Amino acid sequence: MPDPKATISFELNGEPATLAFAPHKTLLEVLREDAGLTGTKHGCELGECGTCTVLLDGTPVLSCLLLGLACAGHRVTTVEGMAAGGRLHPLQDAFAELGAAQCGYCTPAFLLAAQALLAVEPRPSRAAIKQALAGNLCRCTGYLKIYEAVELAAARLRGEDATPARETLYGHA
Amino acid sequence: MTVHQPGTLREALDLIAGKPEAVPVAGATDLLVHWPARVAEHDRDYVDLSRIAELKAIAFRNGELMLGALATYWDVIHAGRMKEGFPLLVAAARQVGAVQIQARGTWAGNIVNASPAADGVPVLMAYDAVVVLASRAGQEEVPLDRFYTGYKQTRRRPDQLVVAIRIPWRAHDVAVFEKVGGRRAQAIAKVGLAIAHSAAGWRVVAASVAPTVRRCTAIERLLTDGTPVRGPDDLHPAIERDVTPIDDLRSTAAYRKTVMARLLYDDLRGVCPAFS
Amino acid sequence: MHRREGLAKLTGRERYVDDLPLDDFLWGATVRSPASRGRVTAVRFGRGIDWSQFVVVDSQDLPGPNEILLIERDQPVLAAGYVRHVHEPVLLLAHRDRVALRRAVAAVTIEVAPEPAALDFRVPPRPEQIQYGADNVLKHLRIEKGDVERALATAPVVVEGVYETGAQEHVYLEPQGMIAHMDGDVLVVRGSMQCPYYVVKALTHALNRDEQHVRVVQTPTGGGFGGKEEYPSTIALHAALLALKSGRPVKLVYDRTEDMAATTKRHPARVRHRTGVTRDGKLVAQDIEVVMDGGAYVTLSPVVLSRGIIHAAGPYACEHVRIDGRAMFTNAVPFGAFRGFGAPQTHFAGERHMDVVAHRLGIDPAELRRRNLLRDGERTATGQVVNDGTDRVAVLERALALADYDKKRAANKAGGTTRRGIGIATFHHGAGFTGSGEVMLSSRVDVAGLPDGRIEVLSANIEMGQGTITVFTALAAARLGLTPDDVVVAEADTARVPNSGPTVASRTSMVVGRLVERACDDLRRRVNTGGRGKGEGLKRAIMDWHRAHPGGRLVGSATYERPPGIAWDDHTYTGDAYGAFAWAAYIAEVEVDLRTYTTRVTDFVAVQEIGKVLHETFARGQVQGGVAQGIGWALLEDCKWQDGAMANAQLTNYLIPTTEDLPPIRVAFLENPYPHGAQGAKGLGELPIDGPAPAVLNAVADALGVEPTTIPLTPERLMEIAERGARNAEQRRQ
Repeated sequence: MPDPKATISFELNGEPATLAFAPHKTLLEVLREDAGLTGTKHGCELGECGTCTVLLDGTPVLSCLLLGLACAGHRVTTVEGMAAGGRLHPLQDAFAELGAAQCGYCTPAFLLAAQALLAVEPRPSRAAIKQALAGNLCRCTGYLKIYEAVELAAARLRGEDATPARETLYGHA
Repeated sequence: MTVHQPGTLREALDLIAGKPEAVPVAGATDLLVHWPARVAEHDRDYVDLSRIAELKAIAFRNGELMLGALATYWDVIHAGRMKEGFPLLVAAARQVGAVQIQARGTWAGNIVNASPAADGVPVLMAYDAVVVLASRAGQEEVPLDRFYTGYKQTRRRPDQLVVAIRIPWRAHDVAVFEKVGGRRAQAIAKVGLAIAHSAAGWRVVAASVAPTVRRCTAIERLLTDGTPVRGPDDLHPAIERDVTPIDDLRSTAAYRKTVMARLLYDDLRGVCPAFS
Repeated sequence: MHRREGLAKLTGRERYVDDLPLDDFLWGATVRSPASRGRVTAVRFGRGIDWSQFVVVDSQDLPGPNEILLIERDQPVLAAGYVRHVHEPVLLLAHRDRVALRRAVAAVTIEVAPEPAALDFRVPPRPEQIQYGADNVLKHLRIEKGDVERALATAPVVVEGVYETGAQEHVYLEPQGMIAHMDGDVLVVRGSMQCPYYVVKALTHALNRDEQHVRVVQTPTGGGFGGKEEYPSTIALHAALLALKSGRPVKLVYDRTEDMAATTKRHPARVRHRTGVTRDGKLVAQDIEVVMDGGAYVTLSPVVLSRGIIHAAGPYACEHVRIDGRAMFTNAVPFGAFRGFGAPQTHFAGERHMDVVAHRLGIDPAELRRRNLLRDGERTATGQVVNDGTDRVAVLERALALADYDKKRAANKAGGTTRRGIGIATFHHGAGFTGSGEVMLSSRVDVAGLPDGRIEVLSANIEMGQGTITVFTALAAARLGLTPDDVVVAEADTARVPNSGPTVASRTSMVVGRLVERACDDLRRRVNTGGRGKGEGLKRAIMDWHRAHPGGRLVGSATYERPPGIAWDDHTYTGDAYGAFAWAAYIAEVEVDLRTYTTRVTDFVAVQEIGKVLHETFARGQVQGGVAQGIGWALLEDCKWQDGAMANAQLTNYLIPTTEDLPPIRVAFLENPYPHGAQGAKGLGELPIDGPAPAVLNAVADALGVEPTTIPLTPERLMEIAERGARNAEQRRQ
C-alpha cells in the first residue's frame, strides 16, 4: 500500500510552496518528482557525490539524506533559484566564462556549494574553496576551472574588476 | 512510513515509550543512506527530533560544555570559544564527511549510530564525555567510554533518547586528533586516534581498529608509567592488548596496527619524555 | 566561445535522461545473476506480490537472436538458462510504481547450480574452467620487429619487470539510463550514450527490426569516459523489450550501486617487460608480454588489447621489439571501453619500467628518455615511420623546465616524517580507430543549409562534456565565415543524422571535425554562385537556393577518406597504426607520509603536442580532468573483487579524487598541425590518462628508493613494499 501523502509548506526558491508527497520521500525525490525541479540530481544516494546538494536555510545539505518532511517551514534553494530576476548569478556567469561546467551533471551542486561559501566568505583562499567543495565530486574537470570560476565570481561580488586566475595555465608554446 | 514530529521532549519520550520500535532521527545522514532502495525500512515508525528546541542548545556552564542532542558538527565549528576550550571537537568536526554532512550530522547521532569508524566519538571519549539519556522514567548518565557493549550495541534502551552530551572542561597540555582515511576529504576512517592529557591523566582513544571506538588502556598505562618507548615498534605489545583490527574493504589489520603505532609515536615524541 | 549548451547546464534546465518528462510510463528494472557461472535451475517469484501487475520479460521474449551485436555475438541480451558472471541480466520487470518495483526485484530468486569459475586472468585455466575456445584466450595478438631473442642475448644489460594495473570504474556522475517507447511502428530509444549507431545496430539485430523502425536519440550525457560506449546497447535493449511487451513507455535508469556493480570497467592487466639496453642507456630490445582480463564476454576486448599492445613499447626507438598480447576470458563482469582503451595499462608498465632501467644503469630517468625518444624518420614497434616534424625531446624539455626538474630531483628528499620525489612519463596516444578502423567505419557528416540561411551540422557524435557541440559550431563557423549563432548542431537523433561513427578513440575533433569542414566545403560547392562563397554571401545564397527549391533539402556531405600514404596490415600487425600520434611528457611531484604511507601529489605538469588547440579552455579541461582521473587510478581507485564482481560498488569504498586530493595541474600545449585533422588538430581526449599513473609512481620510487609495480598504489600496498625493502636492506647489513 502506498503511504498516505504528507503535506508540507516551506519556502522554495524564494516563493512559498505547499507540496503533498509520500512521507518516505527524500527532499531530492520531492524536488524532482513533486516540485518538477530536475536541476538537482541523483548521484549516489549515500551522501558521497554531492550532486544532490541544495541550500537549506542558506546552508549546503545533501537532499538525498534529508526527508522532505524535515523541510517544513524551512527555506530551500535549488539551482533553479539562483538566477534572480532573469539575471544569472555571478557564479553562473563565471562558470560559463571559464568553462567550469563540462558534462554539467555536477554543476548545479557546485554552484550552490560555492554560493554558500561566498555568502560567509567573500574573499576565500584557494584552500577554503577546496574545503567548501570537498563534498562535491566532479569527474570531468580536475576541479581547477571550478576554483578559478569561484574566485572570479567572488571578486566580482566584491565589486572588483577581476581578471580570471590563470596560474594553472601556461598556454601555447 | 510514519514520521512523528514531536515539538517537545516530553512528547518525544511519550512517543518512544509507547513505540519502542520507533527510530529516533536527528540529522538523518546515517539513516537515509541508500534510502530509496531500502524499501522494507520505509514501513517503520520514525521520531523526527528536529523540532524539539530544547535539544538544540550548546552551552558552557559550571565548568563543562553541554551539547544538546541536535547539536551538529557545523554548530561546533562555528560556536565561539570552541577552538580554545575544545580544539579536538573542531578538528574532528572538520573531518566528518564534507560541509554538507557537517551541516546536518549531529554528535549525538554519531554516538548512537555506534560505528566503529565514527569521527566524533573518539574526541568526545578523549574528553571524558558523558552521555545523558532520558526516558519517561527519568534521566541516566553513562560515561561514553562505557556506552558501547559490542559492535553497534549501546547501553541506550529503546525507550531512552540521548538528550545531551556533557563534557568537562579541563586544561589539556596534549590534544591531538588523527584521522587516516582513504583520501584527504570525505572519507571513512581507516584509523582514527584522539590523544589527550590533562590533570585527569592520559586518554588515548582509537577508531576503526575494534568493534567499537574504544579507550586504549594499555597505551594509557604505558604513558602514565612513563615506560620508555624508543620507536613505534615498542608500542605494539600495548596495541595488541588494546585493539583488534580486521581486514575489510577499506584496509588491512596489519596496516591499521602499524599506522596506529607510528602516529602514536610521532604524536607523543616531544611531548612525552619517555618517548625517545 | 563559451560552451553552447552551457546556459542550460548552469541553470538546471538541461534535461538528462532521468529528467525527461514522461507520461503514463513504467519503471523498468533488471534481475541479475547471483552466481559467477552455472545453469539457472529455477527462477522463483516470491509470495506477497501480485505478479500479474508486473511486466516480466525473459530471454524467450526476444523477437530476434538473443545476442548483443558487437565484435562477437557471444553475449546474450538476457541469460537463457545459463549465467557466466555475477550480475548478468536474467529477467526484466516493469511497473508504474518504482517502490513496488524495488520490492518485486528483491522478491525474485534466481537459483544457479554452480560450476567452476575462472576468476584470475593471470593463471592458466584448469580444464574445468575453460569456457572459450581451447584455452579461454579471447584474443591473441602479436607485434614483431627485428630479432628480439638475438638482441637480448647480446645486450650488455637486460632488465626485467612485471607490472600490474587494476580495474577502474568510470564514475561518470550521471548513472546510465534509457527510455524506450513506440511512436507508431517506430521504436524510439532515448538515453545517455556515446554511440547512437551502436545502439541502433544492437536493437535492429536482437529485436529483428529494420533501421527504419528504430530511432535512437542521445540525451545530454553526464560524462562517459568510454563507459557509455558499448554498455548502453544493453540497457537500450532491456528498456525496449519491456516497452514492446507492455506497449507503454519504459524508463530504465540505474542507481549508482547497480551502475558500478553491473556495467563495464577498465581491463585489469599484467605486463611483463624484458628489456635489452646498452650501458649508456640505448634500447636494443623490448620483449613485452601483455595479459588483460576480458571478463565473461568478448565485448571490446580484442580492440582494447590491440591499442594496448600498439602503445606498449612507448614513444621510443628500438630496432628489436616483440609484443605478445592476450585477452583472457574470466567469469568476471565483462570489462569494456575506458578512456585510453588499453594504452594506459601498457604505458604504465612501459614508463614505470623505464625508470627501473634508469635506476639499474645509474642514468637519470629524464636522460634515459632523451636518448631513446623517437626522432623523425625512426620507426615504431609496428614499423610506422614517424615523420611528423614534432620534436619529442623538446616536449620533454619543456616539461622538465616547467617542473624545475633538475633542482627538485637533486633536492633533499627527507623532511621529518615525509619524503618528496619527482617522476616523469613520456608517452604517445594514437587518435582515431586503429589500423583500417576508420576506413571500415566510413563515417559521414552532413551540413544542411536551412531556409533562414543558417546551417545545421548533422552528425552522430555526441556531447558528453568534452565540447563536441561547441567545437563543431566553431569549426563550421570558421570554415564558412559565419557567426556561431548561424550554426546549429543537430541533436544526435538517428532519424536525422548520418552515421559519423562513435564518440570514442579521441576521434571526434580530429576525424569527425575534419568531416564537418569537408561537408561545409561541399555545401558551399552546392550553393556557390559567383563570389558569394562565405559569410553573409553564403547565407544569402542558401536562402536563394531555398526560394528556388521550396521544400527542398540543401545538404553538403563528406565521407571519411584515408589520408594518402597510410597503410596497415591487419594480419602481420605492421604499418601505420594511426594517422597521427599526440605526444606528451608529464611530471608529477609527490610527498609520501612515512607514518601512514599516504602519497599526496603536490604538483603536476602536463605538456603535450596535439597538432592544434581548437578550444583552449576545453583542451585544458580534457587534460586536467584526464590527469585527475589518472591520479585516482594511480593511488585511490581500487576495485575489490568477490566472485568476479565488484565488492565495493559504492562511492563510500571506491574512492575517486576530491578537491583535496589533487594538485595544481599545470598544462602546456605545443602545436604542430596535422594536415588531415580539423584545423590541424590531433586527438586529445584519451592522451591525458596515459601518463599520470607512471609519473606518480616514478615519483614515489624517487622519494622512497623502492620500485612499486602495481596500481592503485594504496597506502597498504606501499607499506608492504617499503617495509619489505627496509627488511631486505637490514638483512643485507647483517
